[in-house]
Amino acid sequence: MSTTTADHAHDHSHDHAHDHPHGFQRWLFATNHKDIGSLYLWFAFTMLLAGGVMALGIRSELFQPGLQLMQPEFFNQLTTMHGLVMVFGAIMPAFVGFANWMIPLQIGASDMAFARMNNFSFWLMPPAALLLLGSFWVPGGATAAGWTLYAPLSTQMGPGMDMAIFAVHIMGASSIMGSINIITTILNMRAPGMTLMKMPMFCWTWLITAYLLIAVMPVLAGAITMTLTDRHFGTSFFNAAGGGDPVMYQHIFWFFGHPEVYIMILPAFGIVSQIVPAFARKPLFGYASMVYATASIAILSFIVWAHHMFTTGMPVTAQLFFMYATMLISVPTGVKVFNWVATMWKGSMTFETPMLFAVGFIFVFTMGGFTGLILAVTPIDIQLQDTYYVVAHFHYVLVAGSLFALFAGYYYWGPKWTGFMYNETRGKIHFWGSLILFNVTFFPMHFLGLAGMPRRYADYPAQFTDFNQVATIGAFGFGLMQVYFILAVVIPSIKGGIPAAAKPWDGAEGLEWTVPSPAPFHTFEEPPEFK
Amino acid sequence: VVNGPAVDSQGGPAIKQLNLQPPVTQIAEQIYSIHNLMLVICLVIFVAVFGVMFYSILKHRKSVGHKPATFHESTAVEIAWTIVPFIIVIVMALPATKTVVAMKDTSNADITIKATGMQWKWGYDYLKGEGEGISFLSTLSTPRTQVGAPGVEPTEKRGDNYLLEVDNEVIVPINKKVRIITTANDVIHSWTIPAFGVKQDAIPGFVRDTWFKAEKIGTYRGQCVELCGKEHAFMPIVVKVVSDDDYKKWVDVKKKEMAAKADDPSKVWTIDELKQRGEKVYAANCVACHQATGKGVPGAFPALDGSAVVTGPKEAQVGIVLNGKAGMPAWKATLSDTEIAAVITYTRNSWSNKAEQNIVQPAEVLAARK
Amino acid sequence: MSSQHAKAPYYFVPGPSKWPVFAGTTLLLTMIGASAWVNGLAWGSYLNLAGIALTLVVLYNWFGDAIAESEGGKYSARIDVSFRWSMSWFIFSEVMFFAAFFGALFYARSISMPWLADLDHKVLWPDFAANWGNTGPAGTIEAFKTMGPFPIPTINTALLLTSGVTLTISHHALREGHRAKTAFWLFATVLLGAVFMGFQAYEYIHAYHELNLKLTSGIYGSTFFMLTGFHGFHVTMGAIMLSVVLYRVMKGHFTPEHHFAFEGAAWYWHFVDVVWLGLYVVVYWL
Ligand code: HEA
Ligand code: HEA
Ligand code: CUA
Ligand SMILES: [Cu+2]
Repeated sequence: MSTTTADHAHDHSHDHAHDHPHGFQRWLFATNHKDIGSLYLWFAFTMLLAGGVMALGIRSELFQPGLQLMQPEFFNQLTTMHGLVMVFGAIMPAFVGFANWMIPLQIGASDMAFARMNNFSFWLMPPAALLLLGSFWVPGGATAAGWTLYAPLSTQMGPGMDMAIFAVHIMGASSIMGSINIITTILNMRAPGMTLMKMPMFCWTWLITAYLLIAVMPVLAGAITMTLTDRHFGTSFFNAAGGGDPVMYQHIFWFFGHPEVYIMILPAFGIVSQIVPAFARKPLFGYASMVYATASIAILSFIVWAHHMFTTGMPVTAQLFFMYATMLISVPTGVKVFNWVATMWKGSMTFETPMLFAVGFIFVFTMGGFTGLILAVTPIDIQLQDTYYVVAHFHYVLVAGSLFALFAGYYYWGPKWTGFMYNETRGKIHFWGSLILFNVTFFPMHFLGLAGMPRRYADYPAQFTDFNQVATIGAFGFGLMQVYFILAVVIPSIKGGIPAAAKPWDGAEGLEWTVPSPAPFHTFEEPPEFK
Repeated sequence: VVNGPAVDSQGGPAIKQLNLQPPVTQIAEQIYSIHNLMLVICLVIFVAVFGVMFYSILKHRKSVGHKPATFHESTAVEIAWTIVPFIIVIVMALPATKTVVAMKDTSNADITIKATGMQWKWGYDYLKGEGEGISFLSTLSTPRTQVGAPGVEPTEKRGDNYLLEVDNEVIVPINKKVRIITTANDVIHSWTIPAFGVKQDAIPGFVRDTWFKAEKIGTYRGQCVELCGKEHAFMPIVVKVVSDDDYKKWVDVKKKEMAAKADDPSKVWTIDELKQRGEKVYAANCVACHQATGKGVPGAFPALDGSAVVTGPKEAQVGIVLNGKAGMPAWKATLSDTEIAAVITYTRNSWSNKAEQNIVQPAEVLAARK
Repeated sequence: MSSQHAKAPYYFVPGPSKWPVFAGTTLLLTMIGASAWVNGLAWGSYLNLAGIALTLVVLYNWFGDAIAESEGGKYSARIDVSFRWSMSWFIFSEVMFFAAFFGALFYARSISMPWLADLDHKVLWPDFAANWGNTGPAGTIEAFKTMGPFPIPTINTALLLTSGVTLTISHHALREGHRAKTAFWLFATVLLGAVFMGFQAYEYIHAYHELNLKLTSGIYGSTFFMLTGFHGFHVTMGAIMLSVVLYRVMKGHFTPEHHFAFEGAAWYWHFVDVVWLGLYVVVYWL
């Protein structure tokens, strides 16, 4: 009766000791957090390019008024898929990639808590991407209902909509498993001495982000499941004729959607909070208040969702409540900004590329935060909702926010991953090019929005032409900078270059710098002592 | 060449416009000034915060030999920069609160108009107030030859109001509180006029409302602002604000047009329908002379009750109503075929009249017009 | 008996495994099939079912590996803690999934319905009266009868509550090392779950044939079937988990101290139980 498979539980503490797989199996069957992290990062970058190409399609059509390149229905597909691909395919997986690589290294764990499930989380992403991108080729094309997939427009879509729904289901499952993994790793696998309040900020922000994910991804799944049954099984959740309500979809969606945007920014805050102290050569100012601020942002994020719905028409008390709650989020976010500045204050700063991106992040993200605050003011939002002002706002926080933080993180930890230093000059070119062209692309959108240009428009009144042209030119330039990044920075530094020291940044702190660069396949098999 | 006008649209966006459109309602004005206030406060904070940061970046760098300090917290400072922003957002929220409350107060409107979003046009019904009963559809009037298509160059030069013009504008009087009720037939649309500071989603199966009181005569333009399918960019909203007098005139013209349109002369009516309708036409147009009793005013206006014309062959009566006779005006310009048919049928079956030819169809009136 | 003759590693990390990528692939097939199926393509149904079957095969092997590792004594106490955290948060995510549907019911009933019947909406729906179980403002829904709490839902409540008790008895037995008793009460629990599902199926048939209550019965039918159906699916999942645990109990797995698979499945079962109580009140009584 006894099962003695364990005659094999040898002296090695790990089963994997006997194999360090090579070739494609290393990636397909990976259980190593570093490999899985790399997979996530490559996947995310590919999606960034895919979503970016769609953005360029959008921008090209908008270079001039009139319809030049595509039918409006295809334009709407591009907009929708651009949003979905960027949010679910690029930004979120990129942060998960960082989490995979860095959390075990930062807390002194040998790997993620559930290594196989970790790989499953990753290997759900390519199928989801295939479903999503493949939907362009089915009859009717991809869904064109906007990334928010509002009912009842979503009911009118073709099979592409169902593929998007199933893709989001899969990505949701992936996120939930990934989050469970991250929470468990952080709560249960910290090295002795690593108390929660000594943990690096990046781990803190991810811990909180993971909670947000677990709380809201299922809600999104619920919303799109109801969309699916409305589409195919005759239910009337979002159909007034049967007693349902299209606005109900929006409530459920944004209950997910708002926390979702913080899911995309909190890990960015974490990365920046690692980098600024390292290059200011001074400890992070207000560590505890950083933790509390992050938690407050997360908690508040659950009670502000209807600021996306001010124009749907709700009772005045609801409008006021959601306005006040939304505006309150500036307070903890401000605390973060002030803490970063205070960390820099009286430091001994140097400005290598990670620091440049981090400072750039703080500067430009704050602009996006302020436009968010302006949108939070209900009467102003009623003017600006669904205009390019909103598009400007969220690209400031998502591109100059999340994406810049990801770049900062790449430059900061990349040497640990590849074992080689990137080329500093090229990094700087990438930074300045991106920063300037980003603003060229998105700053004029504020004007367009204020003047009333609606978003998701394939064609526009000719008065809007000038700023649209500037934006389009900027977008191509910004896109080229990212091609430059991959070709001139990333790939060369994988192939070779100046070998990186175990701790290439003299001001950096943390366990991740105690292992060699590149980090060996297995690290911290016996937990280190953290003081 | 066809790229577009080098001029601003009238009541829509201007070329290279940097700010909100010039407000023409008090709400829009309040929004404008709250936005300015927000902008100023945010700019001040921005300059302050980043002034400090860039000062630090310049002075506290390694290359100028700055040695790092070691401090890493200060409860007092941290509390301060939690409380101060808190106070600032309250200051920002106060004026906004007043405006929100005002925006939501749709009571006591002078005119109520229902705007129905459809893929891809707007339908308007004047539900209450002067102009009640008017209804029409409003569609983009920019010709496709100005838009072009993939691979097809536009063949016509774009007008000043490219994509911002419609065949039937919404007409409203100046300085009157207009309540807009929005709904939709298919998917969600959104009704907005930036210059009024008004935007309200139109939700299928539900009604929502908003209001404005325009203070300047002119034409104001907006566009559907909720993704509604492929022609989302092609369903503008145009509101023309006119003087009271002009509004009255427009209502009159519109009502007649509508009446004429509504009554398709080829429709075959039942006698009861005609009688019912005829009674209304009679009450509105004929009673003054012929009296409610049909007895007329002896010596001045002939009686219809028992009249030979009314009980005799119908052609004669149709001719007199259409073309008039002596003191009797010609009605052919003011009444539609249906109205004439209805009122004749009514007289032939009222009071003591029991005409043999007791029904006249609109088609017969139409035929008699020629 | 399960063997722990070698000291478990500090934290066991499994070696490369093909199951995750296989499962990803089979899920892709499942979803492609589903997309085609809902759009009326016959091949979609085959692909979908094949995908599900293959996924189950993969999961069977995957769990087989995990069970072997567990029985092989590779799971230290620390891993046990990981399992506890993960199961708790997984259940929390399920709570949020249900919350979306409960939220929909609440919103539709307490906010949208009164709205649709208010004075302003007379413009659109002059005759609509706000009573739960209506045939829709447009009146396009076929008349149907609503589902009350008697007798089936109440019986089902009793069944599930009892199953919670039998499961606890079984757990106590396991902790005391009474294997036969453990198996017996566990079996009873699964059986109660199966009977529950039987009644649920009967209730659906009754709804369709006698009450004319269908998925298409407006918002009432939508929320009714979505909530009870999603719950039923979870009961099925829970019953499968418990069956696997039962099988393992009979194979001699688990020790009085070390049996997280049992506990995890039990937590899940209790969670399904609690959701039912919510449903019972909100869907059937109110
Ligand atoms: C990373 C993503 C991200 C982040 C971080 C934010 C942050 C914020 N967002 Fe944004 N938002 C989006 C992504 C994001 N948003 C997206 C994607 C959409 C559009 C979705 C769609 O419709 O498709 C959107 C839309 C959106 C809307 C709806 C617009 C509309 O459709 O009409 C609103 C309205 O309130 C809003 C508000 C805010 C606010 C108040 C913040 C705050 O968190 C910002 C707080 C930060 C600061 C304020 C700056 C720093 C603070 C200080 C320096 C302190 C001192 C300041 C003061 C006291 C003023 N956002
Ligand atoms: C999450 C992150 C994210 C990111 C990173 C981006 C990145 C970009 N986005 Fe956006 N965007 C969204 C999220 C994001 N976006 C969302 C959520 C929406 C709303 C969707 C909706 O309304 O439903 C949106 C909508 C949106 C619109 C509005 C569309 C509309 O309303 O119709 C526009 C328009 O300009 C736009 C532009 C861009 C541009 C130019 C970039 C650039 O930063 C992209 C840069 C990257 C590249 C360009 C790729 C790299 C280059 C190559 C692969 C080679 C080819 C390059 C050259 C030849 C130059 N995005
Ligand atoms: Cu109608 Cu957009
Ligand atoms: Cu939000």
